[in-house]
Amino acid sequence: GAMGGSASLIPRDLLSEYQELTFLSKQEILLAYKRFSELLPKEERENAFSARVPKSQILTLPELRANPFQHRICHVFSTSETRDDSMSFEDFLDMLSVFSDSATSDVKSHYAFRIFDFDDDGTLDRKDLEQLVNCLTGQGEESRLTSAEMEQLIQNILEESDIDKDGTINLSEFQHVVSRSPDFASSFKIVL
Amino acid sequence: DGSDDNEEGSAVENEETAKGTDKGRKRAAPRTRRAHARGRERHGDEEDEDDEDGTRRAGHRRHRNRRRGQAAGNEASDSDMEPAKARKNQANQKSKEDDEEEEDEKGGKGGKGKNEKKGDKKPDKKGKKEKANKKKKDKKKSGSGSDSESEEEPITEEELAKLKEEVEEKKKLIATLRNKPWKMKKKLSVLKEAQLFVEKFEGALGKGKGKKFYAYKVMMTKKWMKFQRDFENFKTACIPWEMKIKEIESHFGSSVASYFIFLRWMYGINMILFGLTFGLVMVPEALMGKPYGSLPRKTVPRAEEATAMNFATLWDFSGLAQYSVLFYGYYNNQRTIGWLKFRMPLSYFLVGVGSIGYSFMVVTRTMAKNANDDGGGDDTSFNFSWKMFTSWDYLIGNPETADNKFASITTSFKEAIVEEQESRKEENIHLTRFLRVLANFLALCTLAGSGYLIFFVVRRSQQFALEGLENYGWWERNEVNTVMSLLGMFCPTLFDVISSLENYHPRIALRWQLGRIFALFLGNLYTFIIALMDEINLKARYLLSFTMFDEKIVKYNMTIWEASLYNGTIPENSTAPPIQVDPADVPRGPCWETMVGQEFVRLTVSDMMTTYITILIGDFLRAVFVRFFNYCWCWDLEYGFPSYSEFDISGNVLGLIFNQGMIWMGSFYAPCLPAINVFRLHTSMYLQCWAVMCCNVPQERVFKASRSNNFYMAMLLFILFLSTLPAVYTIVSIPPSFDCGPFSGKTRMFEVISETLEHDFPSWFGKVFGYASNPGLILPFILLMVLSIYYLNATSKSYKEANLELKKKLQ
Repeated sequence: GAMGGSASLIPRDLLSEYQELTFLSKQEILLAYKRFSELLPKEERENAFSARVPKSQILTLPELRANPFQHRICHVFSTSETRDDSMSFEDFLDMLSVFSDSATSDVKSHYAFRIFDFDDDGTLDRKDLEQLVNCLTGQGEESRLTSAEMEQLIQNILEESDIDKDGTINLSEFQHVVSRSPDFASSFKIVL
Repeated sequence: DGSDDNEEGSAVENEETAKGTDKGRKRAAPRTRRAHARGRERHGDEEDEDDEDGTRRAGHRRHRNRRRGQAAGNEASDSDMEPAKARKNQANQKSKEDDEEEEDEKGGKGGKGKNEKKGDKKPDKKGKKEKANKKKKDKKKSGSGSDSESEEEPITEEELAKLKEEVEEKKKLIATLRNKPWKMKKKLSVLKEAQLFVEKFEGALGKGKGKKFYAYKVMMTKKWMKFQRDFENFKTACIPWEMKIKEIESHFGSSVASYFIFLRWMYGINMILFGLTFGLVMVPEALMGKPYGSLPRKTVPRAEEATAMNFATLWDFSGLAQYSVLFYGYYNNQRTIGWLKFRMPLSYFLVGVGSIGYSFMVVTRTMAKNANDDGGGDDTSFNFSWKMFTSWDYLIGNPETADNKFASITTSFKEAIVEEQESRKEENIHLTRFLRVLANFLALCTLAGSGYLIFFVVRRSQQFALEGLENYGWWERNEVNTVMSLLGMFCPTLFDVISSLENYHPRIALRWQLGRIFALFLGNLYTFIIALMDEINLKARYLLSFTMFDEKIVKYNMTIWEASLYNGTIPENSTAPPIQVDPADVPRGPCWETMVGQEFVRLTVSDMMTTYITILIGDFLRAVFVRFFNYCWCWDLEYGFPSYSEFDISGNVLGLIFNQGMIWMGSFYAPCLPAINVFRLHTSMYLQCWAVMCCNVPQERVFKASRSNNFYMAMLLFILFLSTLPAVYTIVSIPPSFDCGPFSGKTRMFEVISETLEHDFPSWFGKVFGYASNPGLILPFILLMVLSIYYLNATSKSYKEANLELKKKLQ
């Protein structure tokens, strides 16, 4: 039904290129196309390839709705020139490819680093880590850590991961820590 | 044009005039020159570091500018290329700049990509290049060779080889493009360029003697890759229950979903086992073997005929079900059957052995794959960092589950912080130790008690059988199965209570719990088998007091009885027509294999029933009760006792593993077992998926199953090994029943192999096999295998040590 219809909307050579360039299978790409066009208003569905979906619409996806990093994810994968975090179809595919089951741990950790880097400065400093912890403990006031606990926690983390002791975690340190985790690849996964 | 490469600004201006003439020249031989130039340009950028030839350098600059000019879209010959590509190139340039700007800013010590880029930047002040250039670094020298115009002059051997290498490099680049953390636009343009290059030069490389063959090879490779990709897509489409599992993942997280993934994997294995037994054993016998009623072993005895079709008998797998392809006893020992000359006994034997071999292979392969993914394994040096970076489960899509997850993460942070602070605190070690010893003692008592109970119950069932089962009600008939299932249900809860004495860290407590449940199931299973073997021996001794002698007695009885049918006259020769005797009336010898098969089938069925009833009562009715009686109850049922149940992952996984162990044990005697198990797993999947979504709540303490993944696989392997021991023992040591089954008449079951070698293979084969099975050859072979295991173990240890050394050096 809908699958068959959308198959005719992606030109075949483009489809095979997407297969070549992402970790997604053909069905996954077609499903992504279908879900993406559903986020667009009806008039724009014809040129889904050049359309951009505003962030607010992307965040209505059930896969992202409950994610504490939803804003960061949109920001990292968006190639919007106006920096409004809107996503094109190719951005969407990029995102799904990185979060797919077959993506390598290298690619995942690269993007995880960028997602956790709240101030986009290329390293995870204390402020980034604090914001990260606050994201993870939820929105409620009573579930947040006290400042003493936060201090202790960040101290422990930096002790473990900051190899060159510069007070920040850079990409290679991050990748070194995360690649050793057996849970990372299986938890850093989104499937449509 | 001027927007890119600030560092090259001056160089560009100098070449401005050259560009015009180049463009003119370019039109003459548009595509190839352009493509070639692109390829060369990449080398050219590296070349400039060497600066071997001034003219070449200028030439390369010209080429580079040509490319820039083309990218600006003002080439007439561009129009026959896809306009999108030119646009993409332009956009790519921009986004490439953006990317490179970003990455420059991100600076720092940099990941791999950045380091390489820095390395590029320093010696070469030319600035921005495509990342593809990095791949060409080692091709620096070879790049110089491809200076000549490929289309106009004949290519020398050297250049041919270098071109080939470049093409291979491009192909490798295309294959690894998806691993690069670039934006899609950039990837698309790099892909297109690389593809064009490969296309161009694969054609050129084809010149000369091997052209046709080369082109053919290239086409076959392309077709093969396309086929592989399509096959992968097809395989992904074939995976069942993907949507269901995804829904569960989003509600309950990945640990509960891992149980269902495990269930699906088991289903796959059982489907293969079912295919083997159904296709190679049951179907040939049903189609080509002698039909029901033609032989005594294939017919329901006269005495049981009246009840043979009753539902109760069929449910018990006696009566008509017993005398069918479902069980061992039905099969005839004819060497070949039907017009295909299908070797039935050989097939039966090989399918039995093959199923076990296949199971071993699959489980070991999955374990190896998991071990690979595991990487470092049980590393506790990054405790806090892992909690920070890897604890969120991105599959969660349900706000309620997300709230639970937030709570559990907060708790685990707080706990870890407290633990870290209290790790040096002195505790009352003696009390803890005493309590732990007491807990272990209680657990051992429980295990011993359950083992004894099973033994006792099996013995009782023997007595019932001796006195005739008709005198007893439902409980006595099904006592063994029910007791085993109930023990499996209640003892784990008991272990849970005992473990509260021990005061361990939850993860360690979970390990102890799993270990105890494992010991429980194992003990139960083996007690059951021992009791069963005992029963068989007893029966065998009772009915065949002296094995060979009694066989002759029964045969003698049969001859006498046949003679009696001739009214006392024993035919002198066999020319007299045999009297039609109804096979149902012929007296039978005992058939212990079918009996064993029946026991296993009954056990599986009752296990299945118990699981379903537990789910319905324990989960569903409980949920209904809590939901509807909450309004008129004194305390809050949902938060206090009993509340909704959580999904017990470890209990379910262990149940699944032990069920599979029973299948492996029994499928040699009852070929129908894999079929029953496939049915069971199929319905289990649907029932449990529904039950989980409808009646369970997400767990409060969310444990990642991935760490325990290899633990479950190891248990499965262990169970597989233990399950195959009884079957192997019976094949090798116990004589098969003389009156039923495909091996009747032989002294040992494996003799079917030597028989086949004698009859079906040329004589020299038998000789070779005879020599090969000589202990003189087998012992050195075993020795060789032991030595290679030792060697591989030593190598892997040394690798691990080297790893640790490197880790330390990094820190």
